[in-house]
Amino acid sequence: MEQLLSNLALGFGTAATPDNLLYCFVGVVLGTLIGVLPGIGPLATIAMLLPATYKMTDPTSALIMLAGIYYGAQYGGSTTAILVNLPGESSSVVTTLDGYQMARRGRAGAALSIAAIGSFFAGTVATFLLAAFAPPLAEVAFKFGPAEYFSLMVLGLIAAVVLAHGSIWKALAMVVLGLLLGMIGTDVNSGVARFSFDVPELSDGIEFAVVAMGMFGFAEIILNLEQKEHREVFTSKVGRLLPTLAEFKRAVPAMLRGTTLGSLLGILPGGGAVLASFSTYAMEKKLSKNPGEFGKGAIEGVAGPEAANNAGAQTSFIPMLTLGIPTTPVLALMVAAMMIHNIQPGPQVMTSNPKLFWGLIASMWIGNLFLVVLNLPLIGVWIKLLTVPYRVLYPAILVFCCIGAYSLNNNVFDVFMTVPFAILGYIFKKLECEPAPLLLGFVLGKLMEEYLRRAMTISRGDPMVFVTRPLSATLLGLAAVMLVIVFLPAIAKKREEAFSGDD
Amino acid sequence: MQVRNHHDLWSGIMFMAFGLLFMVFSRQYQMGTAAKMGPGYFPTVLGGLLFVLGLAIGATAYSKGNREAKLAPFGWRENGLVLLSVLIFAGALGPLGIVISIVLLVFVAAAASHEFSVRDTTLAAIFLLILSYLVFVKGLELQFPVWPKFLTK
Repeated sequence: MEQLLSNLALGFGTAATPDNLLYCFVGVVLGTLIGVLPGIGPLATIAMLLPATYKMTDPTSALIMLAGIYYGAQYGGSTTAILVNLPGESSSVVTTLDGYQMARRGRAGAALSIAAIGSFFAGTVATFLLAAFAPPLAEVAFKFGPAEYFSLMVLGLIAAVVLAHGSIWKALAMVVLGLLLGMIGTDVNSGVARFSFDVPELSDGIEFAVVAMGMFGFAEIILNLEQKEHREVFTSKVGRLLPTLAEFKRAVPAMLRGTTLGSLLGILPGGGAVLASFSTYAMEKKLSKNPGEFGKGAIEGVAGPEAANNAGAQTSFIPMLTLGIPTTPVLALMVAAMMIHNIQPGPQVMTSNPKLFWGLIASMWIGNLFLVVLNLPLIGVWIKLLTVPYRVLYPAILVFCCIGAYSLNNNVFDVFMTVPFAILGYIFKKLECEPAPLLLGFVLGKLMEEYLRRAMTISRGDPMVFVTRPLSATLLGLAAVMLVIVFLPAIAKKREEAFSGDD
Repeated sequence: MQVRNHHDLWSGIMFMAFGLLFMVFSRQYQMGTAAKMGPGYFPTVLGGLLFVLGLAIGATAYSKGNREAKLAPFGWRENGLVLLSVLIFAGALGPLGIVISIVLLVFVAAAASHEFSVRDTTLAAIFLLILSYLVFVKGLELQFPVWPKFLTK
């Protein structure tokens, strides 16, 4: 406990310097902005901004800002969900169900403030969980050899598959395809440039940000344009911001449950914020005395999922910070940001860069505070923003993405490369293949191969090494159990339910 | 044998094609042994796995229990214009500089929308030019050719 407090003191000391406060502020404001705007998510934004962090001398500031964008987007997404009935962020899809109905009844203000308060509460709890559980987990990670790391990645990828939307088989295939795309570039062991077709730029591998921009940024724009959507903004009356006492009493238990479930699911690879909000909504509906109210403006349906998605967004940092394994594509970009500054993510970060580690955690709480203080008074500004038509918005997204892609290496090659990935992303969506597992596979590809090679060299080619080492066997066992469970008919049906409505 | 789910059929074919491609291209790299893996080992194994997964997914397209799904049309216009705008930007940046590239990108991309408006697009282009100049060229000092080559010489 004392250790925890002194660590947190170090963290707050780092995060509360004027520079870092500014970066945190910029991060959460940007995050809210893109969270509010449908059609652009944290993934594309962080990919765009990655080059800008090259210039920052302190990697801590860079990570504080990027993290702020991620959880800030969870706040912003709910505003759009409530006022426009469109999810600003994929994790706020369920908020549209009851939040928008509340807005139609003139309770938009209450819905917005409950969402903000729920998010803040969840953010506070998740920050402490992160601070408390990261060190012991990192201890475990120090016992890991190559076999354990390989098995851990298998577990992570399987979890991402299990938690992905849609068909499990397709998600598996997407992971494998991602791993293969990750192979492109120079092989570290032999120095052979693989699948580069004598293109010098390809021998360095494909930039992750390029893949993310193409598949998530550009493909999304094309799909949105096809839909020819029209937006109706519910701005006329936001109503009183303060919820009534009765509303508050109903919302608090939902927030508590949402925070708990969200924190747990956030740690799982591939889960993160999206799954957290969906499952919480389903749970609240089941627990409610009058489930008939859900979908007609039940405040629990706003409070629970909003708390859950923010908690999930934050606890998803636990596996990245302790094991060095990103569990969502957004976190994979954070890993990229760390590597730019020569920090190899993993359990050693806590001891080698304690300021970065604890500073980042403390900044999350500060950022959440910024968000709740800022967001409610600024509602008017966000509403204005929502009236910006998509026809003006998407060319702007394209401009920023193109500039971002170019700045990765000051080379137009990276801009050209976004095009094939945009086409791929578009086709994947049309064929109902979820691209998120592919991105995870893409990031982990080379690492996984490296650990597999090392483990097999040590065991002299005996694959039994993965099951004879107890830690590795446990991890693989968990992965197998997950796969088996998800194929059980009863669970398979539940899984479909949990993801239904999201599309 | 009736195809019920066209999504599954085509994604299966796509995965099989990718798996096959990676296996074929891996042939030029050394395989090595399990204890001493060459650069071709892991991609070949993964390519094979992807091929098998694709086969399984494609097969489910015929399964009676599968839901029916038809392919949605490919949005040629939207894909074409948006991606063309990106290609133009990439091609124009070196010789023509970022100012002209942004204008071209914005106009070609905006034409993809069914609500295209010259006035709005012009305003957006001006706004984006000013913003990009201030943020990227001045603020972050990213290295771009700003004006066309033939003017700056």
